[in-house]
Amino acid sequence: MTTPTVYAEMDLLRFTTAGSVDDGKSTLIGRLLYDTKSIFEDQMEQIEGASRRLGESEVNLALITDGLRAEREQKITIDVAYRYFATPRRKFIIADTPGHVQYTRNMVTGASNAELAIVLVDARNGVVTQSKRHAFIASLLGIPHLIVAVNKMDLVDYAEVAYEKVRHDFTEFSRKLTVQDITFIPISALRGDNVVEWSDRMPWYKGGSLLHRLETVNVGSRRNHIDFRFPVQYVLRPNQGFRGYAGTVASGSVAPGEEIVILPSRRHSRIRSVETYDGAVGEARTGDAVVLTIEDEVDISRGDMIVRRKNVPIVGDRFEAYLCWMSETPLELNGPYMLLHTTNRMQAFVERIEYRVDVDTLHRQAANSLELNEIGRVEITTSKPLFFDSYRVNVRTGSFVLVDLHSNVTVAAGMIRGEPTRDEDVTERPVSKDVVWEGWNVPREEREIRTGHRAAILWFTGLPGAGKTTIAREVERRLFERGVRTMLLDGDQLRHGLSGDLGFTPGDRVENIRRVGEVAKLFFEQGSVVLCAFVSPYVKGREAVGALVPEGRFLEIHVHAPAEELRRRDPKGLYRREERGEVAPLTGVSAPYESPRSPALDLDTGSVGVEEAVAAVLKLLEGKGIVG
Amino acid sequence: MKTKIHGHLEMLEHESIYVLREVAAQFERPILLFSGGKDSIVLSWLARKAFHPSPIPFPLVHIDTGHNFPETLEFRDRYVKELGSELIVRYVQDSIDQGRVKEETGPEASRNSLQTVTLLDALKELQADVAIGGARRDEEKARAKERFFSHRDRYGQWDPKNQRPELWNLYNGRKNPGEHFRAFPLSNWTEMDVWQYIHLEGIPIPGLYLAHERDVVRRNGILLARTDYIQPIPGDEVSRQSVRFRTIGDATCTGAVESTARTIEAVIQETAAARVTERGGRSDDKRSDTAMEDRKRVGYF
Repeated sequence: MTTPTVYAEMDLLRFTTAGSVDDGKSTLIGRLLYDTKSIFEDQMEQIEGASRRLGESEVNLALITDGLRAEREQKITIDVAYRYFATPRRKFIIADTPGHVQYTRNMVTGASNAELAIVLVDARNGVVTQSKRHAFIASLLGIPHLIVAVNKMDLVDYAEVAYEKVRHDFTEFSRKLTVQDITFIPISALRGDNVVEWSDRMPWYKGGSLLHRLETVNVGSRRNHIDFRFPVQYVLRPNQGFRGYAGTVASGSVAPGEEIVILPSRRHSRIRSVETYDGAVGEARTGDAVVLTIEDEVDISRGDMIVRRKNVPIVGDRFEAYLCWMSETPLELNGPYMLLHTTNRMQAFVERIEYRVDVDTLHRQAANSLELNEIGRVEITTSKPLFFDSYRVNVRTGSFVLVDLHSNVTVAAGMIRGEPTRDEDVTERPVSKDVVWEGWNVPREEREIRTGHRAAILWFTGLPGAGKTTIAREVERRLFERGVRTMLLDGDQLRHGLSGDLGFTPGDRVENIRRVGEVAKLFFEQGSVVLCAFVSPYVKGREAVGALVPEGRFLEIHVHAPAEELRRRDPKGLYRREERGEVAPLTGVSAPYESPRSPALDLDTGSVGVEEAVAAVLKLLEGKGIVG
Repeated sequence: MKTKIHGHLEMLEHESIYVLREVAAQFERPILLFSGGKDSIVLSWLARKAFHPSPIPFPLVHIDTGHNFPETLEFRDRYVKELGSELIVRYVQDSIDQGRVKEETGPEASRNSLQTVTLLDALKELQADVAIGGARRDEEKARAKERFFSHRDRYGQWDPKNQRPELWNLYNGRKNPGEHFRAFPLSNWTEMDVWQYIHLEGIPIPGLYLAHERDVVRRNGILLARTDYIQPIPGDEVSRQSVRFRTIGDATCTGAVESTARTIEAVIQETAAARVTERGGRSDDKRSDTAMEDRKRVGYF
């Protein structure tokens, strides 16, 4: 028999299940509960009785989860239901959500707190539109782990080929998603194969059972342990001598003595103590419900946020977000809504809809409104500044809901992308499998304090021969001499190594710039001023690099000169070889070049000398507060 | 020295404290429904933790059917005093006397369903805009779909098809005049979690939860305590046994289980091995497959 202490040592995994109406999701959950002995005799008797009354020949395990009367009658699950079971290792909370097309909102709800999603696929039908929708929502909601349960294997004679087909098709589709960890498991929920125990009916399958995966997957990878954010929830003043700020640590940690800033007042102070009912503690970490006291008498109220002095969130009244519409009444542009974010609330407008995502094809569509179950990318303006981070980095400070001011109903769920004017699409960004985002070990902010300057990416773009590399090299030398940490990346270095496998087709050019961007981002996070000199002909590619770093840290410098001047300089002989047809299409001659729309700096090297150009770049860096 | 809790119990505790603080911050006049049962004991225990060193910023309210085990009332008064909290009691008997409800008759009569009217009247009288309850989602099928913040219309009714979506930890307690909310901070706890927590925190509970000898009546397969309100009728089996209660509600419909568990550790062992749900002993849930859903729709706890 299990001892009490074993139960007290468990950790907790919240997961969500999604599947089409007939994928056997309820049966799977029934099976998990039944085989882990989480269903009691009286529940079983009730289910047996109900199965008989509904005219079913066998006991219908699905009836365990289909609680509501309407569901019984329509034989479908219509709302999010929560189920609980435990093994000696772990307590599990299942958010069971329906797969019907009209219930995207329930899936989003169930996914909002989940660390893992099980997507059910019927082995007979393979990957269908609904499977894709579920995977997309899991990806959008930032769920780090996905299990694709290929169900009803008993109906395809346990054939590996059916499983492999699903695996192949799903893998192909998932390249467009940001879910980092996908596991495929062939099961029969009805017969119990590979649900709790490994089944010898599929000897070709070498992986573990579904429950084994649930018991061993890492928990806590959604939490941000780095950026300390403490939304003040409730102020406690039991007497004149005590003033405490009650709340739950949204992310990061804090200890007595640490320097803090209170938003929005930006007053500075220090943590005096971290209090709990059971006594003062040495530290408060992500998820802890505590009471903070601080050294100074500062006016703080609910909705304020306590953060670290050197790691503050974005403070702004405009941001871009993905919005899932959850109401029968469509979104109205320019109609005010109440926005709930952390412990803060304020009025907000949806200014514009950038596009709507067709959740089945992932295609973008122009839209003037969002209707029930539709997802779109929007720009939102708030009536007072919000303290936020991007959802991908921090779920707690990156999520919000919108409430209708008249009915008071929750009408939308939102995930913040960041400040406006970025053009990187979360759904299309390739991310490696098996990599779980843990955040940087030493945050860039700390590195910047040590180096005494800020990190930035200086992006020199322009046609061959315009002078990008010449200027960038000289700028780097000057910065280096001033003690600034720098790195210079240019076409020659990358093309010989990291991008050695790429040619000059439009696709390869895009990929090359993407790689440059990722490398630049690494140096950026290490605290460097990164100078990149690349022709980089496409606006979209350059903006994608810009979107990798915070606003104000990507500085685009357009270097150009008249065409005849470029031909005259021709430092690498490219123009001469182009004329003889010896090189690949040359940008600006036989391949297109898209000029920057609004560069941070515009350098016409036809009229400005190198020295003058370098001085202009250094002035820009000083003006932006990158270097002192 | 108490063991510091960690793992899933610590996460549940932090979640419940967060919800209790949200309730206190978002509503003007909350009340905490206190029956003297183990769930409401844990709930009030968490409320004390949530607002410490301030007192709990809302009163505890007991809707008394009049059919109590005497032990429960003694315990209730002692525990509330220790908490330093205000207790308000409203009686189903008063609703009957005022003609607000009609009492069921016959030997199987129960006042359990009458509580709803007394509760709604009390909410109105106290101008409460939210009632915090100890219900858990694992208790019963209909409760599996409850929100932490559950909206009730002006008639106190719950519409399971029209609940507000609840995402992340953002709870929407906005309402129109006349409407109110129920809040369920223990939503994600299971019976086992509650027992473990009581054990590790050293929380006092009524002796009824531990095995003791008493006269019982076996009726329709359910063991009921023989009291003033439960007298044997033909077909009942009467005996004296070692029993304990897994829930403590109205004495007319709360079933006992045969047990020798005289300590909380032993109760945990029995719970781990139990093959019948804790509400399995409640005859009020057995009236139909959807009995709980039907009662919740009209404003039951």
